[in-house]
Amino acid sequence: MEEMEKKLLDLLTEICEDDVVKEEPDLNLVEEGLIDSLGYIQLLFELEDRFGIVIAPTEYKREEMDTPAKILEIVKRKADAK
Amino acid sequence: MQLFTDSSFFLWLIVLTIPAFILGLMERSIKVYGFATSLLFVWLSMGGNRPALIFLAIYLIWEYGGAIVYERLRMKKGRKAGTYYLFLLLSILPLALNKFVPGRPAGVSVFGFLGISYMTFKAAQVIIQIYDGQIKEVGLFPYLYMMIFFPVFTSGPIDRSERFRQDLEQVPTRAEYLDLAGEGIFRIFLGLLYKIVLAAIFYQLMQTYGMERSWTGGLIYMYTYGFYLFFDFAGYSLMAVGASYFFGIRTPDNFNRPFQSLDLKEFWDRWHISLSHWFRDFVFSRVSMDLMRTRKLKSRLTVACIAFIVNMGLMGLWHGTKSCYLLYGLYHGVLLSLTEIYQKKSKFHKKHRKTKWYRVLEWFVTFQLVMIGFFLFSGRLEAYL
Repeated sequence: MEEMEKKLLDLLTEICEDDVVKEEPDLNLVEEGLIDSLGYIQLLFELEDRFGIVIAPTEYKREEMDTPAKILEIVKRKADAK
Repeated sequence: MQLFTDSSFFLWLIVLTIPAFILGLMERSIKVYGFATSLLFVWLSMGGNRPALIFLAIYLIWEYGGAIVYERLRMKKGRKAGTYYLFLLLSILPLALNKFVPGRPAGVSVFGFLGISYMTFKAAQVIIQIYDGQIKEVGLFPYLYMMIFFPVFTSGPIDRSERFRQDLEQVPTRAEYLDLAGEGIFRIFLGLLYKIVLAAIFYQLMQTYGMERSWTGGLIYMYTYGFYLFFDFAGYSLMAVGASYFFGIRTPDNFNRPFQSLDLKEFWDRWHISLSHWFRDFVFSRVSMDLMRTRKLKSRLTVACIAFIVNMGLMGLWHGTKSCYLLYGLYHGVLLSLTEIYQKKSKFHKKHRKTKWYRVLEWFVTFQLVMIGFFLFSGRLEAYL
């Protein structure tokens, strides 16, 4: 689990191009301008590609995925359900 | 009878809304009554046209049949791209036949019935969401009701099936229903003001001052047409949403002050929202992911640009096969790509984007680009060629 958490934070750092996502789990990525629509699409693509976790673009609203902590929570839930 | 246009429609609407209102106050489910009312409106608007009604019936059987067959296959065989694309194509086929097979003059075109363009969005999205695993069971009644729900069946707003279904199951309390009805009546009256007063004024101005084939004539046409289009369509949408509320369905809003947008990406978040978000969720994001999967494109920006152009080109084509619609779509596709590149690359933009003068400038440029887009959409350009 911890391994996955680290990998996910690395991925977020890559997409947002900022290390701050590792330090502040409750940072609002949308408001801070760290992630946009395309960033989200890349996130979904990479989650499928690297973690084998499939999330459809319409499955979650933006507000449900706007902080590192929330994203982590969803990914964990998906991984458990597999 | 034309929905939301003829005065007879509004009389029918008032009469048929009263029982819905009473059911709402009694905290009863309105879905069966709403379905019956929708059938009646289908009859009132297309009853005189037998071929249209027959095509509609064939269409609904075709689409529902496709959805349940695909639902079974998806459950048994899992996420198979081939089957998915086949069923997606089958769901769009009637619309494609309607648009591309030329109709005989004075005759009926293939699948020529009211609302096919908007119904196809819902039919296609059900197939896509079955593939995604978001829809497990289609259900005959919710499916048919969503397709023919009368306030939105001719011209949207385009609802999502999970959302629609939730409203069918949840019966609001009396207080909630009264709130909803209050919001509904407000939207209906605002919509009337938009469509019957403001749209008509801009249309008159356009006809009176905008028809001269000159630079000034063209400019007047461009701005008056733009505002006419907004008030006409936003007015209709407000009324459609308002009428939905009375039947317990919270149809999403379609416009949110589009002319205050600071860039074109924001514009498409405010203009014909249910359409642009449909394209964002079901075309743009999927084209982007497919492009990323090919691993041929290194930069995210290139992916975005191609996806924008495909997305908006398709959206243009959906409006109709006339070249002005395709041109309109491509125009926005290219401009959205340029916006994306500019905002990502320009140091000037990053440095000034929070200052007031820059924001006013952005607003001004965006507004002109939007109006030029409407001019292309109107087909008026032909008069100048």
